[in-house]
Amino acid sequence: MPVAVIIATFFIASLFILLVGGRWKGFVAVAAVLVNGLVSANIAIRALTGQAFEEHFYTGLYFGELAIRVDALSAWFILLTDFTLLTGILYGMRYLKPYEGKAAELNVHYPCYILIHVAMLGIFTIQHLLWFLTAWEIMTLTAFLMIIFDHGKMEVVRAGINFLIQAHISFTFLTVAFIWIHLQSGAYDLAGVSTYLSRAHPALGFLLFLLFFAGFGIKAGFVPFHTWLPYAHPAAPAHVSGVLSGVLIKLGIFGILRIILLARGGFVLIGYTILIFSIVSGVYGVVMAIVQHNLKKLLAYHSIENIGIIGMGMGVGCIGIGLKNYLLIFAGFGAALLHTLNHALFKSLLFYAAGTVHQATHTMDIERLGGLVKKMPHTTVLFLAGSVAICGLPPLNGFVSEFLLYSGLFHGMAANLETSTLLLLAALSALALIGGLAMLCFTKAFGIIFLGRPRHLLPEPFKEDRLGLPPGYLTLALMVAIGLLPSLFLRLAAPAIALFTSVPGQLPAVDLASHIPLLSTMQAISVSTVVFLLMILAILLIKRKLASPVAAWSPTWGCGYAAPTARLQYTANSFVRPLRKLIRPLLMMNKSEGVIGGVFPSDPIRSDTHPYDKLEATLIDRPLRGLRRFLGRFDFLQNGSAPAYILYGMGFIVLVLLIPFLADAVTYLFNLFKQV
Amino acid sequence: MGILNFLLIAGASGIFPGIIIRTKSRFSGRKGPGIFQPLKDVWKLLRKGAVYSETTSFIFQIAPSIYFASVLMAIAMIPFGSKGGLISFPGDFVFFAYVLALGKFFTIIAALDTGSSFEGMGASREALYSLLAEPAFFILMGSFALLTGHTSFREIFGSLHFGSGISYAIGLLAAFVITLTTLIENSRMPIDDPKTHLELTMVHEVMILDNSGFDLGLILQTGHLKFAMYGALIANFFLTPGSELYYSIGIFLVIEVLFAVAIGVIESFMARFRMNHNPQYIFTLTSMSLLIFLGVLLLLGKIV
Repeated sequence: MPVAVIIATFFIASLFILLVGGRWKGFVAVAAVLVNGLVSANIAIRALTGQAFEEHFYTGLYFGELAIRVDALSAWFILLTDFTLLTGILYGMRYLKPYEGKAAELNVHYPCYILIHVAMLGIFTIQHLLWFLTAWEIMTLTAFLMIIFDHGKMEVVRAGINFLIQAHISFTFLTVAFIWIHLQSGAYDLAGVSTYLSRAHPALGFLLFLLFFAGFGIKAGFVPFHTWLPYAHPAAPAHVSGVLSGVLIKLGIFGILRIILLARGGFVLIGYTILIFSIVSGVYGVVMAIVQHNLKKLLAYHSIENIGIIGMGMGVGCIGIGLKNYLLIFAGFGAALLHTLNHALFKSLLFYAAGTVHQATHTMDIERLGGLVKKMPHTTVLFLAGSVAICGLPPLNGFVSEFLLYSGLFHGMAANLETSTLLLLAALSALALIGGLAMLCFTKAFGIIFLGRPRHLLPEPFKEDRLGLPPGYLTLALMVAIGLLPSLFLRLAAPAIALFTSVPGQLPAVDLASHIPLLSTMQAISVSTVVFLLMILAILLIKRKLASPVAAWSPTWGCGYAAPTARLQYTANSFVRPLRKLIRPLLMMNKSEGVIGGVFPSDPIRSDTHPYDKLEATLIDRPLRGLRRFLGRFDFLQNGSAPAYILYGMGFIVLVLLIPFLADAVTYLFNLFKQV
Repeated sequence: MGILNFLLIAGASGIFPGIIIRTKSRFSGRKGPGIFQPLKDVWKLLRKGAVYSETTSFIFQIAPSIYFASVLMAIAMIPFGSKGGLISFPGDFVFFAYVLALGKFFTIIAALDTGSSFEGMGASREALYSLLAEPAFFILMGSFALLTGHTSFREIFGSLHFGSGISYAIGLLAAFVITLTTLIENSRMPIDDPKTHLELTMVHEVMILDNSGFDLGLILQTGHLKFAMYGALIANFFLTPGSELYYSIGIFLVIEVLFAVAIGVIESFMARFRMNHNPQYIFTLTSMSLLIFLGVLLLLGKIV
């Protein structure tokens, strides 16, 4: 019944969107997302409290029976998807206000938004391999259509096609893995993975895991599968970027978690693999984020870093399963699940804030902004909160999940596990380094964009879109709630985490008492956080009582120079320069500088730096060039003459018809050889 | 019990900068101001009115308070040997490090809030140095977690010395790492010269050029508290568990004073590094803590 409601909502809402006028399309979309969200959240909450949902459909002769199942893991992802998509469409409705006249674009965009919600719900719940792939493909195509909303721009279309191609490489990996499963188990059910893995050779099992990891890893954006992210996010409208970064890449995380649940052995090896990829992703992502000048691109690279953190959680959890250590499992998977939620919240918040900035200033170039705090105070507060959260600092939600991960790593160290101490130490120092780098990244982003003075003339009249703020504040409220009451949310996630403690054949069934220490630690954190906030409040009050009134307002101290201009301010580029110099081998900076000519140079001198992804240059661009050169040899085939093309068609048909005969011939020859 | 520790550190922060200044004066052949002079300066500043830059926003006004609160919060987590701090839970040192980082976050953006290129420069350096110093602390704590099998300040320090004499050697190495961290975090020599007059070569001082009055007083006092806090952390490596209180307090005070004198000596006899050499120097911290990790592995017989 709920499934029918959700699908029907999509069709009815799409119809309405086509019929109603430009102003009302957004409202219909909000209503549809709200209905679908409520229906699915209702099921999800019941699943989290122990009432698993299961429904079966007969879907034709070929596809067979389709099972829709909502367990605690699906439920957790459904809830975070519902929330993010709801705030996304609420914000998107405002963001797309200037496009009301473009009915055609909106007629595609809004139904796509509703459909991607449905497809994602499907991915979380479908147990049937073929239907899963179908939902996956729908998700990809709708995401593509949403990314190229602004299709008049060349770079947007280019980014969209880049996304489309990489998404299909991911799709290919998954298809191969699914065909493998189907051939081995004979069924179309996801459970076939575990039946196959329980009897397959461990090496084959690990190979299958790698296939899945590559497939899901492209979607999640693990380095080196990340190259689509920094193009797709800046190209899409702000709310779509928020959804892409908040939820869509988490589908990859969901997939990997699902496979871990279905795996039946080799957990330590899987854990090591995920951990190593995650460490690299985390550090590389944040380093690349630091050198970006485009705000949305910066946020996109930062998603890669956060995927790294989530991955570290999964890796630690997997090692925990392998070594039968409950605390590692709880801390690891708890960190992964909570950080998935947290990242969905603060990253969408940051994208909404970036969108508001873009609407007001028409630029995303950090170097051209500045001083926005005076003009858009609300957006400043939202972006500041997002920055603090994404750096993993208390009192907001980012700290909670990073703390869980840290406690997992430290418990792993303290437990003195056999082999993994060194890797855990590497993860520990990487996480600490990521924290520091993230702080550099977001002090730069926040400080340069919102503080100081405007670096360029801002458009007049300048206005902050107040009506676009509520989704941001809604997200912020949830972030504060998680930051202050982490034990509540960890308890909510506990059923999903508990799934990982009950992987058959690995661990005895767990009593939930074993994760009580973490829960009480979470309570201690909320107490500390509240104390900390009260302390800040107290000091501010004391300041009010004790300090004399403000003596004067004067210009910023400039060593006595009385006429500083806004261009004398520190730039984003110079802010990160010391680090950039330090890590030069990791980066690829394209620099162009003018030459100073004459004693009194009259032309302004310019110096441009454009960061480029070194991994992309080596892993994507270079093979592509090779491929292009190779394919160039067959240029002569594309000669533009119609008769030749008809001949190719003929040749192809003949070849297809010949295949059965050729196959027969080959079998015949084989049999002949066998007899000999 | 925790409150005693809190008060001890707060008290130590009162004399700490005075001792440093006294030591430096003695080495340069001067008499030097009284021990409590820095404290008097802070008190004077706290009651003064402030001059704010027209460029600044609310960030600039709340940042010093957050910075101060973050250090107070961190101090509340420092234990006193086997006796816990005001707040103690498994993994409390993560909270410790991150709450300090929050304070730093706000100091950095407050510096950017002024729109001054000098302060931007200082902010950039501060962010870089603290990120380079960050892993060292976590590797250090990770090594102690491995050594003791515990994951909170109190339990780690409580069970540190039941092993053997080698744990004191590791404690000494750790004390060295923390000393260097203190110098970096407080922007002292050889990373930064607090007495320099050239804005271009400053790190911390240049970030607070525009602060005045109450805010400046808070920032200065925060620096003093930070000194005492790291001193207390070092003292913890040598507080033998189970001993009497008068004994522990004695050790604590002696180590704080020694620490202050040591910093004074370092400042008297070392010159500031060239700016571009600082990152390398800071990174040696990480290798030092890796050495501790190796020592712990040796101690546990994991590598023969």
